[in-house]
This record gives sequence, structure tokens and C-alpha cells, in this order.
Amino acid sequence: MVAIYKREMRSYFSSPIGYIFVALFMAVSAWFFMSYTLQKGQSSDFGTYFQMIIVLFVAIIPLLTMKLMSEERKLKTEQLILTGPVTLGGIVISKFLAAFTVFGGSFLLSSFIYYIPLFMYGTPNTVIYFCCVFATMLAGAAFIAMGVFISALTENQFIAAFGTMTLIIPFLFASSLNTYINNELVRNILSGISITARYSSFASGVFDWAALLYYVSLCGTFLFLTVRVLEKRRWD
Amino acid sequence: MIKVEHLVKKYGDRYAVNDISFEVRKGEIVGFLGPNGAGKTTTLNILTGYLSSTSGKAMVDGMDILEHPMEVKKKIGFLPEQPPLYLDMTVREYLNFIYDLRKCKLNRKEHIAEIIRVVKLEGTENRMIKNLSKGYRQRTGIAGAIVGNPEVIIFDEPTNGLDPKQIIDIRNLIKELGRDHTVILSTHILSEVKSICDRILIINEGKIVADQITGDISKNYHGNRRVSVRVEGPSSAVLAEMKKLPGVVYSRIGAEYSDGSASYLLESREDVDLRKPLFFMLAKHSWPILSLELPGANLEDVFIAALDEENAEEGNTNPGKAKNKGGK
Repeated sequence: MVAIYKREMRSYFSSPIGYIFVALFMAVSAWFFMSYTLQKGQSSDFGTYFQMIIVLFVAIIPLLTMKLMSEERKLKTEQLILTGPVTLGGIVISKFLAAFTVFGGSFLLSSFIYYIPLFMYGTPNTVIYFCCVFATMLAGAAFIAMGVFISALTENQFIAAFGTMTLIIPFLFASSLNTYINNELVRNILSGISITARYSSFASGVFDWAALLYYVSLCGTFLFLTVRVLEKRRWD
Repeated sequence: MIKVEHLVKKYGDRYAVNDISFEVRKGEIVGFLGPNGAGKTTTLNILTGYLSSTSGKAMVDGMDILEHPMEVKKKIGFLPEQPPLYLDMTVREYLNFIYDLRKCKLNRKEHIAEIIRVVKLEGTENRMIKNLSKGYRQRTGIAGAIVGNPEVIIFDEPTNGLDPKQIIDIRNLIKELGRDHTVILSTHILSEVKSICDRILIINEGKIVADQITGDISKNYHGNRRVSVRVEGPSSAVLAEMKKLPGVVYSRIGAEYSDGSASYLLESREDVDLRKPLFFMLAKHSWPILSLELPGANLEDVFIAALDEENAEEGNTNPGKAKNKGGK
């Protein structure tokens, strides 16, 4: 497991993809932070900033996940790891953790950097700020799990990337359809699967265990499905 | 060491492997021979745990690959048809990665240095794999397969696409590895099994059609004995006299040379040794012998014969596929 994790981490930064991700994320998030928080002079209201960041993830998280499984299959290197003494679960989790490290690392770094001017020149609510950071990390983890799953379905990185976006979008915007729907059951289902609906209690500074469970199970489900996809391919 | 019992792999309605059983003893080098699409790769992929069988058992050291995948995978080093190389790594990084992946307990530095020496990768350790030639990539793949000193090494078409010099090098390397490992090698090149393997399993359309010691196969398969001889003299007269020798069942001229000599290929029944009567007959006509060889049956004949036999057993004899006795 450690071997695969190390290899993935190495491969992010031996190719441009890791640098592109970090640079793109830092640049765009800084711009969002500047326009939605600093320029508006709203040191205590960073809700919009974090919402924008989650939307940004739709575009950049597939960069991290698109090659995780698909490239191994295309280059036939999956034969090496699948015939090595590692479980399928171990393979999937190592890859997930590698992508999560790159994502989490750059997100946490940016979050701490942006907190400094807020703290120095404004009156931010620290609890709410870090609750938002935590919830955003969870949402990112769920997106990464989806990306790993889609990447296991194809040999083509671009299909994996677009597929991941297509899968994330309904989870992200499900609850925003609610205003147009009259049926309560459908509304409940939509807010049930919605990533943003779960986010709101964190945004008000409440540590929501149910939401934590939701994010963790979303991750677990997609990682489990990835293992099933690999397992099924052996039996086909 | 390896035991395969009634292995079946179906893709939809098609059998890729159809009830294969065989055993490989410790220390043997076994060649898996068959045309493309015969089921060689599928069988090897099942043995290494990459694919699962539809039914049947594959066991390594008494352990079923499905029941004890971790233990079995530790015992097997595998070089697939296309070497599983990470092109963005150097050779050393790649070997270190496999060392970690296989949770190897040997001294890392010494073990990897030893592998690099055995596989003759010195000088390329710090080069990116993407910059290596096909021969060196293949070597790197072989090096990867022997990290952790697995008891069993499986090579799937290891010399595919290499130039003649590289082929000889890789064959010698495999022979060397065969001294202290159990090796299974798949190929569609007949001379390859002949030069490397102790035993040969011929597989066709998902079934094993022959399982013999390599030496026995080329000696006994046809029953007929062959003599290849180069003689100076009028070729048609020489051939006519040869045909008259008792026990000759087949004769033909191989090639005619500018010095007035020609080579001839003769086949006799198994109980007849043609060498002495041939010598006396040629001496009587003062036709000097320039060379004489006993080529034995070659593996091409064996292969085609084995396939024909299989077809005949199924009542599916095809006269167009008769034994190619006049082959090279």
C-alpha cells in the first residue's frame, strides 16, 4: 500500500499534473478570496468564498483523479500491481489517499494563508472558518472517491475527467433544483444526496455528525464500487 | 510446485481455456507452446491471480490462488506479454517500487544491485525507462519479475519483438534463472522452447495437446529417422539410387551447390539405420560424402502432428493438414 501511495505521489510531481493542479488551485482560490471576501470587506462572511471553492473542485479535482486507474490499465502496469501481494482495497485506498494528500495539502495551505489577513485586519469567526475548511475537505474527499471510481471504468484519461465532472455535478446542485419542485418526496431525496445541503450546518459553525457520516459514506461507497469494478474485471 | 486441475475460462460462450490440467515440478523450466490465441496468456494470467478462472483449480506450493492470493502472489514473479513498466521512473526507482510492493525482506541495496548485475542492466540504473530501447525495457521487466527472489517465475512471450541478438541474450538469461527457480515460459516460437525448456506443453484452442520432455519430443515423435547428407555427384542419379535403399520412405533433394554437390534429405522407418547402406552405396559409385547429419524431427513437425492428432481424436481429420514431413 505504502509503495503504491509513494509512487502516485511521485508521479504527480514528476509530471506537470501536480504542479498544474496546485498552481491553478492557488491562483483561482486566491482570486475568489480576494473578490468575495477581501474586496467586499466581509471578514466574517466567507460562506460565498467556500461555496465558490467547492464549485472550483468540479473543474480541478478530475485533474488529480483522471489517470489514477485508467493509466495503469492503458499502460498494462495494472498487471504488476494486481499480481503483487496487495489487496484490491489496498490499491484503491492508496490511490485515493495520494490524490487526497495533494488536494488536502494545497487546500489547507491556502486556507491558513488566507486566514492571516482576516485575523490581522478583521474579525473572523475562527470556529466557523475552520468548520468550513473541514466540510470543504470532506466534500473534496467525496469528489476524489467519485473520480477514482470513474477512472477505473475507462482507459481514457479525458473520458475519466469529463465523466467525473458529470458525476459530481448532480451531487453538487441537487438541492438547488428544490425551488422548482413541488413534490416533497423528490425534494427530500434531492436534499438527501446534495453535497451543498450538508454543508450548510458546518457553515453556521455547527459540527454536524450526520453530515460527517454522509460524506464518509459517500467516499466509502465510491471506493467500494471501484474495488467491485476491478474485481468484476477479473471474473469477466 | 505448480498444479493446475481442470482449469476453465470462458469469455461469454467462447472457451479461452478448456479443461487444462498439468503439473510443474520444482526447478523445472516448462515451455508453454501454442499459436496466438491458443489460451497461453489466459492460463498464465489465471496462475498469477490477474484473472479468475470460471472453474477448476490453480495451486502453487499446495495453495489455491483464490483461497490464499497473498501468499501465492508472493511466490510468483510475472513478466506479462507487455512489460508493466512505469515510463516516468528510472530503472532503479522501478525496482525499488517493486521491492516495496512485494514487501521484500532481503537487504534492499544488495538485492537490487544483484538483480541489476544478473539482468545486465549496469549503466542504465539511473535512466528513465521511457528512454530505454526495447531490449533494455524487456530486461527491466525481467528484473522486476525477479525482485524478492520468487520461487516461480512466469514469462509470457519474453522475446517478442526483440532483435536476434537480444533474443539470444534473453534466452540465456532465462536459462540461467532456471537453475534456481521454477520457470514457466510461453511462446509461439518453437526453437525457443527447444533451446530453453526441460519440458514442453503444447496448447491449442484452450486445450493441452501434448506434454513431453523436450528431448523426447524431437527424438521420437514421428517414429521415422532422418538423415541429411551432402554428396558430390549427378543429383538425379544419386537420388534415384537413394530411393532404392531398403527402408527408405521419403527422399528429396534439398539444395544444389555450384561445386557439383547437392544436399539430400532421407527418411527411413524407425527400425532402419540408413547410414551404413548409404555409405556403401555412395562409395560403390564413387560419389563422395561431404557431410552427414541426423537432424531428427523438428518441433514444427511435432507441433503440427500434435494438432492433427488432436483433430483426429475429435473425428475432425482434415486431409489438408497432413503431417508436414518434408519440412525444413
